[in-house]
Amino acid sequence: MNAATEYLRVAGLHAYYGESHILHGIDFEVRRGELVSLLGRNGAGRTTTLKAIMGLTDRRTGSIMINGTEAIHLPAHRVARLRVGYCPEERGIFSSLSAEENLLLPPVVGSGGMSLDEIYEMFPNLATRRRSQGTRLSGGEQQMLALARVLRTGARLLLLDEITEGLAPVIVQTLGRAIAKLKSRDLTIVMVEQNFRFVESLADRHYVIEQGQVVETVAADELQAKAGLLERYLSV
Amino acid sequence: MFEWLGISQQALFGQLLVGLINGAFYATLSLGLAVIFGLLNIVNFAHGAQYMMGAFVAWMGLNYLGIDYWWSLILAPLAVGLVGILLELTLLRRLYKLDHLYGLLLTFGLALIIEGGFRQAYGISGERYDIPEALNGAFNLGFMFLPKYRGWVVAASLIVCLLTWLVIERTKLGAYLRAGTENPKLLQAFGVNVPVMVTLTYGLGAALAAFGGVLAAPIFQVNAVMGSNILIIVFAVVVIGGLGSIIGSIVTGIALGLIEGLTKVFYPEGSSVVIFVIMAIVLIVRPAGLFGKEK
Ligand SMILES: Nc1ncnc2c1ncn2[C@@H]1O[C@H](COP(=O)(O)OP(=O)(O)OP(=O)(O)O)[C@@H](O)[C@H]1O
Ligand SMILES: [Mg+2]
Repeated sequence: MNAATEYLRVAGLHAYYGESHILHGIDFEVRRGELVSLLGRNGAGRTTTLKAIMGLTDRRTGSIMINGTEAIHLPAHRVARLRVGYCPEERGIFSSLSAEENLLLPPVVGSGGMSLDEIYEMFPNLATRRRSQGTRLSGGEQQMLALARVLRTGARLLLLDEITEGLAPVIVQTLGRAIAKLKSRDLTIVMVEQNFRFVESLADRHYVIEQGQVVETVAADELQAKAGLLERYLSV
Repeated sequence: MFEWLGISQQALFGQLLVGLINGAFYATLSLGLAVIFGLLNIVNFAHGAQYMMGAFVAWMGLNYLGIDYWWSLILAPLAVGLVGILLELTLLRRLYKLDHLYGLLLTFGLALIIEGGFRQAYGISGERYDIPEALNGAFNLGFMFLPKYRGWVVAASLIVCLLTWLVIERTKLGAYLRAGTENPKLLQAFGVNVPVMVTLTYGLGAALAAFGGVLAAPIFQVNAVMGSNILIIVFAVVVIGGLGSIIGSIVTGIALGLIEGLTKVFYPEGSSVVIFVIMAIVLIVRPAGLFGKEK
């Protein structure tokens, strides 16, 4: 892979929660402007991979290069300052903040983020509910809020954890359009997804994770050929 | 007006004023406790010692360095806030991952050490701190005389409490504080330096207690145990109001001060226990406190 365009390279990543050893040497790369998905069964370690990149797990070893900077020893706030935006699995909307306060909460980490107007144009619901308590929003609105929150900051690498989980198809479509737009803006995106249909058309590459390791890499143009293989990895 | 109850108007308003003053101190102190508990998850038993240190720093400033009351009102909270920051950096920081109980025990131990030190140095008889000249005398309100200094104490504490509340509820900094109270890890993952914020918040809580201590110096004796005396009541206030609610601490503090004052008028024997009786009732009916959220 060309080092000049490589944006994120995770190598030999191990991560722990207390004594539990969860990740056993994760390796994957994402080039600038690419979107990759992390697939796998429940408990495979996909959320933990994103958390470990952000510095939210306990002990970590290995290497996490973000746009040329080693992040393995950085505390979470310094990782974010490398222009990384994180959308957690549980959405993390703050109940003591209004929707708009939630949206404006993350500090700007770089130039070129979306303006409030652009965000409200992309997600009109958020504009109408701006004064509501964050957690009073519907599940779909909260998910839009969680995504919108990291679009304002100028982050260039997005880590998105199951953003379609439990949402109605029409909202999933809205999110799909939003993601496609972000990709066209040259953002680099890592998505954890359960909904394979959702990432199928968006991702440049899929990594299958099992028991804390990457066990299979499937490029977008290999999907046909490796369909059976993927089926086997992901079936419960 | 209340003569038929055998109570003079002067006595009633006098006790209400005392109640209001005590309430203002309860509000200032419980506010600091609530902010610290929210973000640090620590029940700050050193709060009373920090209040006492505020009064003592003002007294020492005046007697050793000639620093007057008005400067002390700024400098004493700064000094005590800095000591708080040092405590957080060196000791409290190690406890966040452990149960609440450890923070409580550590700060309790610190309070004992600090108080013991001051008692050793100054005894327990108490030092006098004179009311600043500009606030000597009283206003005649028609129905009663209001000593100027007492009026100032009520006004100053209420203003500080309301400003704190406004900053927390209405500003970006306050949004960080609220978010950090709910989910510090996520806030940090957004790029906010939460460890520094935690340190500063503890310093601010300590400074708030010291501010109360300076206000209290001319009213009460400046002595080593002044903090632990008031802290016991403040903890009852916090339990009644519910930990974690900012406006709750302010309202509960003032209301309980007034109730205590009224009890002194109508049933003096009950005045020292009324707050604890209310605490017991609240604990039975609403364990999370009047303003607390049930979990
Ligand atoms: N805070 C934690 N402490 C201890 N173990 C944890 C913690 N969080 C997750 N785990 C364990 O780590 C393993 C990987 O969990 P992770 O959340 O990364 O899975 P995942 O691939 O995201 O799956 P899913 O989201 O579908 O549950 C699981 O076995 C889980 O039980
Ligand atoms: Mg997960």
